[in-house]
Amino acid sequence: MSAILEVGDLKKHFPIRSGVLKRTTGHVYAVDGVSFAIQEGETLGLVGESGCGKSTTGRVLLRLLPATGGSVLFDGLDVMAAPRAALQRLRRDMQIVFQDPYACLNPRRTVKNIIAEPLRIHDIGTEAERKRRVFELLETVGLTVEHAERYPHEFSGGQRQRIGVARALALNPRLIICDEPVSALDVSIQAQMINLLEDLQKELKLTYLFIAHDLSVVKHISDRVAVMYLGKIVEIADSKLLYVKPQHPYTEALLSAVPIPDPRTERKRRRVILEGDVPSPANPPSGCVFHPRCPRMQPDPCTIAMPPLEVVGTAGADQKVACYFPTLYDPAGGSPASA
Amino acid sequence: MAERLLEVTDLSTHFFTYAGEVKAVDGVSFTLDRDETLGIVGESGSGKTVTAMSVMRLIPDPPGRIVGGTIVHKGRDLLAVSKEEMSDIRGNDVAMIFQDPMTSLNPVFKIGDQIAEVIRRHQGKSKRESWKMAVDLLAKVGIPDPEERVNQYPFEYSGGMRQRAMIAMAISCNPDILIADEPTTALDVTIQAQIMDVIREMQAQYHSGVIMITHDLGVVAQMADKVMVMYGGRTLEDGPVDEVYYNAHHPYTWGLLGSLPRLDETEKQRLTPIEGQPPNLLLLPAGCPFSGRCLYEMPVCAGEFPALEMVEPGHGVHCWIPVAEREKIRAGLPQFVHRVPS
Repeated sequence: MSAILEVGDLKKHFPIRSGVLKRTTGHVYAVDGVSFAIQEGETLGLVGESGCGKSTTGRVLLRLLPATGGSVLFDGLDVMAAPRAALQRLRRDMQIVFQDPYACLNPRRTVKNIIAEPLRIHDIGTEAERKRRVFELLETVGLTVEHAERYPHEFSGGQRQRIGVARALALNPRLIICDEPVSALDVSIQAQMINLLEDLQKELKLTYLFIAHDLSVVKHISDRVAVMYLGKIVEIADSKLLYVKPQHPYTEALLSAVPIPDPRTERKRRRVILEGDVPSPANPPSGCVFHPRCPRMQPDPCTIAMPPLEVVGTAGADQKVACYFPTLYDPAGGSPASA
Repeated sequence: MAERLLEVTDLSTHFFTYAGEVKAVDGVSFTLDRDETLGIVGESGSGKTVTAMSVMRLIPDPPGRIVGGTIVHKGRDLLAVSKEEMSDIRGNDVAMIFQDPMTSLNPVFKIGDQIAEVIRRHQGKSKRESWKMAVDLLAKVGIPDPEERVNQYPFEYSGGMRQRAMIAMAISCNPDILIADEPTTALDVTIQAQIMDVIREMQAQYHSGVIMITHDLGVVAQMADKVMVMYGGRTLEDGPVDEVYYNAHHPYTWGLLGSLPRLDETEKQRLTPIEGQPPNLLLLPAGCPFSGRCLYEMPVCAGEFPALEMVEPGHGVHCWIPVAEREKIRAGLPQFVHRVPS
């Protein structure tokens, strides 16, 4: 396996402009030094609460938004520096499925036109070939040929999301960024969508960056999970490992806050309840971004510098954490050796 | 025996729209006791919010109307009282927390004014007294610096704090019944955990009955004593949480439990979704609303809604499949659905 996508120290700062002259008076540090790699064929989950920068990360990767700094390599090619033509070629391989199935489809165009648009833009095939491809795609995502001439309003949320997936698949991409693809859907429909994404991955050998706030969904679908907080990755690990042996106090709190649909398990659980709210990304705290809410905070070093994301203690190379006081596990047993 | 706070029998609320009659709630019955939490769970359009709004008598008329049933609170039928009496009951006896704390708070009044107004209206306290009570309530629901915060406007609060303010307002008159309609859907999980904590604390302190409306079976498992599963305006199954989760008898409940990815799954399991699309409420069948998506549908299902069948004391189900057959089907379902507690 080789890395299909390598992200190094990615930054996206949005300027805050105010006054008559619209002078820049500050920045929203939406993504602030994010590094990770995705292996070909795997699913990397990107999880975090609202405002942590996970969606912005997805958009910057595709250059739908210009980055403030950092590098993105797709298959060794520099996405950030690619000239227009090369970028267009790159986007054949990198597609995105958006969160809101109501907003991401043009209401005035038929489903056929929506799905064929990427083919038209990239000038692929003749009209007849494109039509055949659209029919094929509709069937791939579990819709039928009769749906081709209809408009988005005639579909339910789950069906619209399938149309969005068909559009993303049109160019035979290798990497799909799924930006909260199931969070607007009811549970029964959500499960259909998750299964569809899993089947497509197997069938078409896709690589996913799966962005979502729902930890149960992310854990289910991902091979590895990166936890974001206030523009930074605080922990990244194999998804099973992350659940069994979380090292970052934020990951622990996040895991313990997710209710499990099992009354007996729920009654037995201990909950870590974090105090306060997520600080504003326009005015992030000094040092470790999590320190104002962290139960393990020590003024020195936590308020002074952000800890690096690295392998700590006896954890394998699959787990990296950015914390001065991570939970360490006894390599033999599963219980924390010190906290 | 705990005190019975609410007894809803055969409630039907329909909406009369240009497109046709929508039976948003159709023959729903449940009870709520003191200190008890009832979870109402269902997907969008299942009628869970309309059920709560009917109890509050807040159904917009037109187009909606409660067309049948009784809602008895402490011996009094809430559907028979006058509008003025109902305004007294709301707040004093039954209070509600809404899903979206931004749209349910008035943006142009201070938080303190909004809470104090409820206290003045329902308890006849003076301005000064009610303001002081508002500060105490904010402290109780965990707002930091309540003396300062009481002077702020909703936009100065974060989502979690707005929901705390809503809870403060709802408990201000010590209601018997607290209805929480998706109180944490708009919030992040760590904030959700805080809010659930506050609701539980308030319930323990005031001994209220809580109706928790949610689409999240995890929240129900965490909070509720009993649960009612709704679909297409009907109750399909209800009972104590352990019964409904470990001894589920309705194919829709199986479908919901099988659809959920679980954080505690050790081996990756394929989800078993419910096939098909959500029902069109204008075209519901006369019988079971889940027919059409149900894997075990029989000819009788779409024509007539099955009567309530008690499978255990307190655990009722509406399904045409004979009970022995249901148990056989359930035994063949994946791990998380049929698992019997140890």
